[in-house]
Amino acid sequence: MSQKEKIKFDTEAYQKMELLRFTTAGSVDDGKSTLIGRLLYDSKAIFEDQMQSIEETSKKRGEEYTNLALLTDGLKAEREQGITIDVAYRYFSTPKRKFIIADTPGHIQYTRNMVTGASTANLAVILVDARHGLTEQTHRHSFIASLLGIPHVIYCINKMDLVDYSQERYEEIKAELTDFSSKMDVKDVNFIPISALFGDNVVKRSENMEWYTGPTLLYELETVHIASDYNHIDCRFPVQYVIRPQSLEYPDYRGYAGRIAGGVFKPGDRVMALPSGFTSTIKSIDTYEGPVDEAFAPMSVTIRLEDEIDISRGDMIVRENNVPESTQDLEVMVTWLNEKPLQLRGKYRLMHTSKVARALIRDVRYKVDINTLHRIEDDKHVGLNDIARISLRTTEPLFVDPYSRNRQTGSLILIDEATNNTVAACMII
Amino acid sequence: MFSYRMNHLKELESESIYVMREVAAQFERPCLLFSGGKDSIVLVHLARKAFHPARIPFPLVHIDTGHNFPETIEFRDRLVAETGARLIVGSVQKSIDEGKAVEETGYNASRNMLQTVTLLETIEEHKFDAAIGGARRDEEKARAKERFFSHRDEFGQWDPKNQRPELWNIFNGFKKMGEHFRVFPLSNWTEMDIWQYITIEDIDIPELYFSHKRKVIIRDGVILACTPFLKLRPDEKPVEMVVRFRTIGDATCTGATQSTAASKEEIVDEVAATRVTERGGRFDDKRSDTAMEDRKREGYF
Repeated sequence: MSQKEKIKFDTEAYQKMELLRFTTAGSVDDGKSTLIGRLLYDSKAIFEDQMQSIEETSKKRGEEYTNLALLTDGLKAEREQGITIDVAYRYFSTPKRKFIIADTPGHIQYTRNMVTGASTANLAVILVDARHGLTEQTHRHSFIASLLGIPHVIYCINKMDLVDYSQERYEEIKAELTDFSSKMDVKDVNFIPISALFGDNVVKRSENMEWYTGPTLLYELETVHIASDYNHIDCRFPVQYVIRPQSLEYPDYRGYAGRIAGGVFKPGDRVMALPSGFTSTIKSIDTYEGPVDEAFAPMSVTIRLEDEIDISRGDMIVRENNVPESTQDLEVMVTWLNEKPLQLRGKYRLMHTSKVARALIRDVRYKVDINTLHRIEDDKHVGLNDIARISLRTTEPLFVDPYSRNRQTGSLILIDEATNNTVAACMII
Repeated sequence: MFSYRMNHLKELESESIYVMREVAAQFERPCLLFSGGKDSIVLVHLARKAFHPARIPFPLVHIDTGHNFPETIEFRDRLVAETGARLIVGSVQKSIDEGKAVEETGYNASRNMLQTVTLLETIEEHKFDAAIGGARRDEEKARAKERFFSHRDEFGQWDPKNQRPELWNIFNGFKKMGEHFRVFPLSNWTEMDIWQYITIEDIDIPELYFSHKRKVIIRDGVILACTPFLKLRPDEKPVEMVVRFRTIGDATCTGATQSTAASKEEIVDEVAATRVTERGGRFDDKRSDTAMEDRKREGYF
């Protein structure tokens, strides 16, 4: 009997579960912590000892209610100051999916963290206070979701209990959001009226809003179609590491290890190695379990080629008839992540897929006012949390796709050469 | 029709393999911290997958408190032989003998804290520039904020307020001489994921994880195994209980749980039903609300 057959039904379901990474944006006042607490609590991801520990801490601090924010505020400084400083990752699962929440603080000074959390997310939950409607924060959170190419956005119109569960109020905010989000580049936008405090439409359907016929938040999270969030069209394989056992058993083995960044690779495919431009045929796609018939993002595999050509880390294997742009001149949207501002004409270390190069910042085209989305053309000062369009010149060609086409081959980071800090996140236009 | 989907375990596996390969590519002298616990066993399994058919290109490092369950050491040596990996043992006893670490006294004495001294010494002695660990973000609140590539200064310290932003799957491993990185490929795994993976992949784990009869005492609500290293209070009487371990660490502070789960499948069912975190049984975390953050700042795993 094989191992698989021995496993009971629930385990089998668990193995078929997909992974959804989502980010939550909103300030403390929007009820973000309450919403996360509700999702974790109702899906039984909060354990007794965790609950007991935050109950005790709440009591010690003289708080009237058990403060669910303590679940996500893990660092001493955060607890002392009652704010979330860093991205906190939370995990929960339902029988359908496993979820990773990147819980990020919502204030403007934490744009850096929002961007970090958004970079790996399939979906963003943006909270809007039903009493206040759209605020600058809503604009900012929406813009970041769009900038970071998050394919799905759910606007939760929260605190419906404080506006008497009014359909009129909900429709008003929804209309504003629809109008606003049409200016953004998000593929899939949804709206849900909720009360995180009382649980309306979070996990359970609300009895207070019978006029709302759409799904609950959890249902939406469980069913949103994410399989096509990866690019399965343009074949991109950044070479991460060369595997050469040089052992008696595998004397001549030479495999290119990496994680597929786009497209579908199959044995027999004609491929090209960049930057050399040499072509060859895929001999096999290897894994520990044996060769596979095809490989797609985000699989980690080892590719072997028919011909011996010189390929090393930083190179990219692509299809002959579909090659990325090879360029030393890049136009990118940048989020500045460091206290030390951007140095115009400054040189930085650059990481793009598995490649390291150096880059010169040639120009700041414009800055974006992230609250109004207006372009500021005459201000070239780019400091912490600023978003701008800049142009870069690199020491050697990079093989790139527009970020909107591929989040892996379209993204890069800049590193301060003196401190080694990651100072900028860039999305290629 | 074939759809290009991966289940969540395969996606987590792929992510961990990617991280392992980044370590091998970016660092000159990496190592893998092996405790004998299930997470580090899964790490070794993933490392084999990442570099197959080549051997794991870095040594396994075991920080040995000297207070081990014998099963852990037997298991370790068997795994080392099987993978052909190199084993380096950092001995806490040696650090104590050399006066670099001071043994705690009293009933709750544990060598758990002293591991930090030995770990940092071992890293320095072998000039390791990256140490792969099995920590997961779901384990503990300070760990929820940990990066995959976590920078340590020349004193081995973690500065949680000054962490490098980590975007997409680009890992910045640049550092100055004397600094190092801790790398956590299992960051996004939960305890349930680990057990499911162990079951599906049929990964060998020490017998301690399965239900067995053992002489124990109950101290402050934690079931502790009676070993030669545990000093009993006058009023403590060992009793025999049917238990298993959810985590395996230093024998003096690893709590057991009452359990009849005798197979991996039964453990999975038990984990699904349980309402206490696995570190709820760890005596070392009960010292204070921020015990883990404090230890991590100083260079703990």
